[in-house]
Amino acid sequence: MLTFLSDHLDAFASGAVITLQYTALSCLFGAVLALPIALMRLSPKAAVFWPATIYVLFFRGTPLLAQIFLIYYGSGQFRPTLEAVGLWQFFREPWFCAVLTLSLNTAAYSSEIFRGALQAVPRGEVEAAMALGMSALQRLRFILFPRALAAAWPAYTNEVVYQLQATSLVSIITVMDITGVARVIASRNFAFYEAFVTAAAFYLAIVYLVILLARRVERRLHAHLAAADANGSRKIRA
Amino acid sequence: MLDLKGYGWLLWEGVQLTVMVSVVSMAGAVIVGLLAALAKLGRSRLRSAIVEAYTTVVRGVPELVLLLLVYYGVPTLVQDVAASLGYDFVVAINPFAAGIATITFIYGAFACEVFRGAYLNVPAGQHEAAAVLGLNRMAALRLVILPQVFRYALPGLGNVWMVLVKATALISIIQLPELMRNADVAARATRMPFTFFFAACLVYLTITLASMWAQARAEGWAGRGVVGGRL
Amino acid sequence: MRTTVSLILGTLLLAIPASAQELPNPLRIATEGAYAPFNYLDDEGKVQGFEIDLARAMCDEIGANCEFAVQDWDGIIPGLLAQKYDAIIASLYITDERRERITFSDKYYQVPARFVVPKASTLEISREAMQGKVVGTQRATSFERFMRDEMAGIDLRVYATMEEAYLDLQSGRVDAIMADVVAASEGFLKTPEGEGFEFRGPEYTGAKWFGYGAGVGVRKEDAHIADAFSDAIAKVRADGTYQKISEKWFGFDVYGE
Repeated sequence: MLTFLSDHLDAFASGAVITLQYTALSCLFGAVLALPIALMRLSPKAAVFWPATIYVLFFRGTPLLAQIFLIYYGSGQFRPTLEAVGLWQFFREPWFCAVLTLSLNTAAYSSEIFRGALQAVPRGEVEAAMALGMSALQRLRFILFPRALAAAWPAYTNEVVYQLQATSLVSIITVMDITGVARVIASRNFAFYEAFVTAAAFYLAIVYLVILLARRVERRLHAHLAAADANGSRKIRA
Repeated sequence: MLDLKGYGWLLWEGVQLTVMVSVVSMAGAVIVGLLAALAKLGRSRLRSAIVEAYTTVVRGVPELVLLLLVYYGVPTLVQDVAASLGYDFVVAINPFAAGIATITFIYGAFACEVFRGAYLNVPAGQHEAAAVLGLNRMAALRLVILPQVFRYALPGLGNVWMVLVKATALISIIQLPELMRNADVAARATRMPFTFFFAACLVYLTITLASMWAQARAEGWAGRGVVGGRL
Repeated sequence: MRTTVSLILGTLLLAIPASAQELPNPLRIATEGAYAPFNYLDDEGKVQGFEIDLARAMCDEIGANCEFAVQDWDGIIPGLLAQKYDAIIASLYITDERRERITFSDKYYQVPARFVVPKASTLEISREAMQGKVVGTQRATSFERFMRDEMAGIDLRVYATMEEAYLDLQSGRVDAIMADVVAASEGFLKTPEGEGFEFRGPEYTGAKWFGYGAGVGVRKEDAHIADAFSDAIAKVRADGTYQKISEKWFGFDVYGE
């Protein structure tokens, strides 16, 4: 096991970098996309509500593996069309398809978290902001978002952790992330449990590092509550 | 309509296997989850430490890696260990068993968290009332606490089920001919990947929608005896 | 002491401990099911192909009750070692590297490897000309090993199956793929999708990577199973059964030198 580790540590480390890159990129794009979707889902207008709802239903109701195959191999079936509109140069690249699918997928899950958090902001605070004469944009910026962010944070952390693990599926479309590296090494050296135990250890380490960091941020997000809530019943929503 | 090029039957067989694997794994996950939750809430430090380690590993390692580990890694590991002890020992895990075992193992951990949360939701007064009625611990658990735990756990278990159904798609990686695998076989043979993966997506979507409907019904049913009715 | 324990949740068979020189009953054979026309799955999910027909003929010859199991390629040797089945008949090339872990029968066919490119492509086949070019092949194959060792500097993409490599060649994601000449021509170039593609460059046969042809793979302690298959190969060659099967699938004798 030790010789195995020293022989292949470099490969696993480069795989870990890829895993982190894909996680970071897809979480970033996913979060940016999730916000408008969450707002659309809160809209009373059917023409706004339904497209977002169908989107969320599709990406939450089907397996990520199927989505990856659909976008990666499925796009190949439409190459002429995609070429005509100039998009094929992107779909040609595995990394693009991988990040696109992961982003679309996490956007659907994140939007539900954001929606719940936005709904959880006490009505009174919004009314107070209105009474102070804040514009709609100001209310979003100063009241709704900061409050919603704090409320959404624990659930969103879970989503990031989940996303980190979900990136393992991109190994199926030739990307050499931690899992991809493990599969090549496992089959080349017939060292199956060494390779996958090592991969599991890498994921475990990264996941708990992320959770640790997220807890730090969470404490800062709730700093104002801790001060206000002096009589002891300090509850952080889990 | 989607033209399935004669592969419709293969997809349908895959759907049946997907549903079967899901149901069996879910039943397993509920049992494992309940036992793990009881162990975690119980007085034994050792048992709760084991459960803690179990949920930690499952939360931190991707399903795909766990699946490959169980299917390929564990048999070789067991044989190597046995061989070093001088035994010729064979553990054969077929795809069906490995798939169900892995999914049960993973979602047992999630079900454990759901049950634990549900247990903590049962008001302390219920325990006290059961004690006042002279019920011993087991009887109190069986007659008073667990029925309520299940009611509180229902929404969480519904979520576990819906995530679990989608996770069964991963078993295609260990060549169990479920829906995803057969869609893949058809996609490669006909060179029409979009058609078949889209068809597979529609089936999963249907299962999800049906599950959401069933869950809403079940929650209404479970909450029927509660004043105010709803959770 | 020989104990067989089966973790069973349904269909697992409890293999009965066999005495050392007997063939197991049933004799479980793994194949990939994604390497047409050697082995593939039909629209009912059943295994078909040259190797399946040949395996059946050989099993008749040695009087074995054979069952097929479909196994993904990169796990096919680990699965054998883990005793999920007793033999591999899946275009597994006999190489020295693999011989360190498993035992082979005599070869039952041998064909060279070659690159496939789009007809319109101007790509020249050489290590220098292919620097930075995207080349696809199947993971854990001789083709992958050859390119990692001999074609450093190419952008190698490895797929779970050769069929996925064909899909990406077809969609233009890869500039070339490497496969054996028969699988590539019968399984891809001669299909409607393979129309715009052709072989290019030399045929590769270096024994270091491509070995000594495809053989039946078994665990080292099961050398007697490999011997039985070697005998069967000689017999089906001698009585013309082999040639008939080869004619049916390829229109020529694929046995090689």
